[in-house]
Amino acid sequence: MEAKKLAIIATKGSLDWAYPPFILSSTAAALGYEVEIFFTFYGLQLLRKKLDLQVTPLGNPGMPMPLGMDKWFPVLGTALPGMQSMMTMMMKKKMADKGVAGLEELRELCQEAEVKLIACQMTVDLFDMDTSEFIDGIEYAGAARFFEFAGESDICLYI
Amino acid sequence: MADFDDELDASGLNCPLPILRAKKSLTALESGKVLHIIATDPGSVKDFEAFSKQTGNELMESREEGGKFHFLIKKS
Repeated sequence: MEAKKLAIIATKGSLDWAYPPFILSSTAAALGYEVEIFFTFYGLQLLRKKLDLQVTPLGNPGMPMPLGMDKWFPVLGTALPGMQSMMTMMMKKKMADKGVAGLEELRELCQEAEVKLIACQMTVDLFDMDTSEFIDGIEYAGAARFFEFAGESDICLYI
Repeated sequence: MADFDDELDASGLNCPLPILRAKKSLTALESGKVLHIIATDPGSVKDFEAFSKQTGNELMESREEGGKFHFLIKKS
C-alpha cells in the first residue's frame, strides 16, 4: 500500500505556534506518512539553527496567565515592556516541567524521519534572510513546488 | 504480564514523545518481538491504540497500574 501523505504550510513564527507543525509531522512520520512542510513568511523562523522564539499574551485573550492575571490584569498591561520575555520564560519552564518536547528535538526527529522541510524562496528574498543561519537539509522553492506534493496529499493543513 | 523483549520507559514525557520513542524502539526490533512501554501521559492510552491500528503493530495489552500506563506492542 502506498504511504499516506501529509502536507503542511507553516506560517507562524512564535513559540506556541511552532509546535503544531513539528508535533503533527513527527507523529505522522511515525505512523508511516510521507510528510512535507512548506515554511513561508514568519514560519521561516522555525528553520533557524538557533531558535529564539517568543510567545506574547498581547491580543491573545485565550492565553492562560499565571496567578489569575487574566482575571484582574488590564488588557493594556499585556503590552508592558518585559511582559513578552516573562511570558516566554514561564511558558518554556512550564513545557519543561510537563515533559513537552523541545522544539529543536522535535525538529530533529522530523528530519530523522525524512520529513521534507521546504523554505519559501520568496520570503527569504523579501526579508533579506541569511540562509547560512538556517539548518542544513532544507530545500528552497516556491508555491508550485508545494502543490506538486500537496496535490497528491491525503491531508493538507495551513498552520 | 506477558513476556517482552525490550522495554521503553516514557514516564514524564508528553505527547508526541511516547509515540515517537516507541516507534524508534520498534524499528530496532525484529518482527514478532514485543516492546513494553511505560508512560504517564493519560493521552497515550488512546494514542497507542491509534498507533497500533495505523501501523499494524499489534497492541497486545494496555493497562493502568499504580498511576502508570503499560503497553505491550508486538512488532509486525
